[in-house]
Amino acid sequence: MAHAHKLEIFRGLLKFKSNTQKIWGVLVFLTIVTTVEVAFGITKPTVLTHNTFLGMKILNWIFIILTLVKAYYISWDFMHLRDERSALRRAIVWTPIFLVAYLVFILLFEADYIYNVFKDGFVQWNF
Amino acid sequence: MDSTVTAVTEENVWGGGNRPLGASYGKLMMWFFLVSDALTFSGFLASYGFSRFKFIETWPIADQVFTHVPFFHGNFPMYYVAFMTFILIMSSVTMVLAVDAGHRLQKTRVIWYLFLTIIGGAIFVGSQAWEWATFIRGDYGAVETKGGRILQFVKADTGERAALADFARTIPDERVAHEKRNGVWFYEGESLPSYSLNEVKEGLKANPNIIIQTETITDDHKKTLLTREESLQKIKDGALVVEGANLIRNEYGSRLFADFFFFITGFHGFHVFSGVIINIIIFFNVILGTYERRGHYEMVEKVGLYWHFVDLVWVFVFTFFYLV
Repeated sequence: MAHAHKLEIFRGLLKFKSNTQKIWGVLVFLTIVTTVEVAFGITKPTVLTHNTFLGMKILNWIFIILTLVKAYYISWDFMHLRDERSALRRAIVWTPIFLVAYLVFILLFEADYIYNVFKDGFVQWNF
Repeated sequence: MDSTVTAVTEENVWGGGNRPLGASYGKLMMWFFLVSDALTFSGFLASYGFSRFKFIETWPIADQVFTHVPFFHGNFPMYYVAFMTFILIMSSVTMVLAVDAGHRLQKTRVIWYLFLTIIGGAIFVGSQAWEWATFIRGDYGAVETKGGRILQFVKADTGERAALADFARTIPDERVAHEKRNGVWFYEGESLPSYSLNEVKEGLKANPNIIIQTETITDDHKKTLLTREESLQKIKDGALVVEGANLIRNEYGSRLFADFFFFITGFHGFHVFSGVIINIIIFFNVILGTYERRGHYEMVEKVGLYWHFVDLVWVFVFTFFYLV
């Protein structure tokens, strides 16, 4: 693996000459993404905070998607999953994704239910 | 003889020595650990999400909590955390460069890149310690109601937060902290806040410019501001003065907020700290030429995996704690 680095990112859109160059390229990309996140977080455009998609603010969706994008490039290029065999890669990636998606789904639904109990129930808690 | 030959090939398949994943034992074990650790962190973040969705209308707004930058006064939400994020990504980059130099057996470059990585990690841990200190100290102070909700104070004309010291009256009375030396040696009272509840109440009555901000979030994604009359009514529910944060209560809002802050960033900070320690060990091993003699720098790669993982987790903590 040491001598078999895959040097393209963005599905071959961007090709680098050496592994070192690719690392710097990914750093630039990650920095841009973080800057965009922080800029959105500070300005909080009203269009994005007042419209929702599937019960969540569009701004929050953008944050989560950008986070996953960052996570992809950190694991693919920094942890060089891109250069590993696909069997190893899939075992590492899909196991947590499946378990976490399941857990998050259950917990968030349950939490929303409790929220509604607090809201419409006969128990006073906000006093 | 034919059967023997078959047996020999069978032995090649089952007799060991195959590497279906093309990765060494150590690297696989590191990945096992990282995946399980990722699940632990996901458990923490998911339970954070649970509590947040449960109290979706009253959860503290991160922008109003993390507003400090060292050596600067004023309101700078997010800048410092963004800086910390950048530091950690940067130290991740130097780590990859160290791994890359290791593949090419360039000892001096590995040493320098590892050194930079350690410095980056140390800056990050230091920043986190500073964040904790600021969070624990608190800056404005608040009043907790009988129901355990937090009431904060705002200047009506400017809309800025008002610290207790800005308006609380000083009433001479006898407030004595119960210390260990007075009475039974293992009993100690809680340390007293700078102002008593009565002083805050009287101060609120005397200052027409101070109004109360409750935990409830409006449709505009801001905290609800009460009118002057409502404020005077609401302060009657006050039970005690809260300054800063601990594991029981905090001045920012929901009690769970501080608990999750300490737990998640603390657990992550511990990972960074241990990462720095492991990096230092590896750093000295490289200087001593351990991996040079071994003929490969795979150990740097394995430790690198751990270090990137710490960065990866921070990306998620950053999003769910500070941005969303």
